[in-house]
Amino acid sequence: MEVYLPIAEMSVNGLLIVGMGATVGFLSGLFGVGGGFMMTPMLIFLGIPPAVAVATQANQLVAASLSGALAHWRRRNVDVKMGLVMLAGGAVGSAIGVWLFRQLQEIGQIDLVISLLYVGLLGFIGTSMFIESLFALVRRRRKARGRRKLHRHAWFHGLPLRTRFPQSRLYISALVPATIGLIGGMLVAVMGIGGGFLLVPAMIYLLDMPIGLVAGTSLFQIIFTTAATTVMQAAVNHTVDVMLALLLLAGGAVGVQFGTRVGSRMRGDVARILLSVIVVAVSARLAIDLVGAPVDRYAIDLTGLR
Amino acid sequence: MGRRTVQAMCAATFALGIGAAVLVASAPDGRGQALVADLASHSIGITTGFTGAEVVLFGAIDGPGDVIVVVTGPRGSVTVRRKDRIAGVWANADSVRFEEVPGFYAVATTRPLADRVGRAVLARHEIGLEHLTLRAATDRPDDLVEPFRQSLIRNMVDRRLFRVGDARVVFLGERLFRTTVRFPAHVPTGVYTAGVFLARDGEIVSAQTTPLLINKVGISAEVFSFSRNFPALYGIFAVLGAVAIGWLTGAVFRE
Repeated sequence: MEVYLPIAEMSVNGLLIVGMGATVGFLSGLFGVGGGFMMTPMLIFLGIPPAVAVATQANQLVAASLSGALAHWRRRNVDVKMGLVMLAGGAVGSAIGVWLFRQLQEIGQIDLVISLLYVGLLGFIGTSMFIESLFALVRRRRKARGRRKLHRHAWFHGLPLRTRFPQSRLYISALVPATIGLIGGMLVAVMGIGGGFLLVPAMIYLLDMPIGLVAGTSLFQIIFTTAATTVMQAAVNHTVDVMLALLLLAGGAVGVQFGTRVGSRMRGDVARILLSVIVVAVSARLAIDLVGAPVDRYAIDLTGLR
Repeated sequence: MGRRTVQAMCAATFALGIGAAVLVASAPDGRGQALVADLASHSIGITTGFTGAEVVLFGAIDGPGDVIVVVTGPRGSVTVRRKDRIAGVWANADSVRFEEVPGFYAVATTRPLADRVGRAVLARHEIGLEHLTLRAATDRPDDLVEPFRQSLIRNMVDRRLFRVGDARVVFLGERLFRTTVRFPAHVPTGVYTAGVFLARDGEIVSAQTTPLLINKVGISAEVFSFSRNFPALYGIFAVLGAVAIGWLTGAVFRE
């Protein structure tokens, strides 16, 4: 079933896209991640222009993060104040990201930057997640675990604009969550990922938020950052393809449900090891493309024809 | 519009065309046109189910000769980039921009043109890939630009946007001819021209051009024009759509 994508200006196999949406949806339900880091490279491999893939992915993530955040909202696992501060940074970050994307595209380096960011970030996070969850497995077996301090204090917590975050029981500089949000916003605009797997560790290790609030708050923040990015990408770069987003969402909606059901029966550390293996695999695949000799050293850019 | 409909239309137009063309081409006073040609359809609509299209071009000539059909799409700039190894990684290093490159270019002939028509004549009418003007927007010497020009052609051929030699103009009897022009699904939209030339004794003795419009129709056209005319509003609608779907998924998932 061929479907013509009006913004990408090409036709794709609709069933293939729905299938990809379902697969990534399943994995994102299984591991509780957005799945943008798997979908964006897949869309680019399919021949969808990177600009369209990244911007459309932001649109798709609005729906994915909303349905995830709703579940956390019902369980009151969202620190709204923290989320809003991060969102303020996120909006600025995505504006910078949208602008940066355009500049990089004009000098022909956007593909390289996307690949390098994926290889670097995914490689680093995947590897450390893998090591960390392996250790967690071992530690749990030994059952020897020292008592954790109630609250760690780092120098950046004392920066100006100290704010109370009652729900997280924190009194820290608002600049820290805002900066984390800013980086998250840039990642949404440039890489087409929600940035959850970067935000979550940052919120745990840098903000020292209660673990229970981290996932809900990061999803809450991602809804609005991806929404802002979608509007800006559409307004500035004309790269949001609603037809493509619709196909991805149709598959994703089904996939997520099955994934979540399977995921609830899977042990947390096992799931994290599996996820880290997938993350490292995606990064390795992109690294091979970067280092290996290209089939054709020359490539044409037809955006001037459109 | 399905391929079958196009073909049915072709057949009808073709029948009409034969009558008209035969009358003109066989005008007894010898002052009739040497060449008459037309497209079976002057517009192609890109719908949501668009998978490419075929258009029949047909016509008649008043005596022996070679028929050359050149279809050219809307022109724009194309940038060709070359990857070099930088710090162990393949990255775009050098680039050349070409101006007024046709987004589509197809040539069909009755017989291979080699030696039949002079190079100067082919160059004048931009017949054949080696005669297509691809003007580089750079002051660099030709020998540096040439590899970029060659790869531009190679990439366009790979994308089936430049097609030379894969379609023939066939004669039906001595005077009537027809050929089929094939457009891939990712064909650029805009105004195309189909140029038909009659070559006799190494010279072009008659020529005719016909326009062809390729544009988006139906939902894909609505979506595209909305996204260009009201880009911010389009973005907001895209978000609202995603919110509705996300909300619905969340609600179903709650069960």
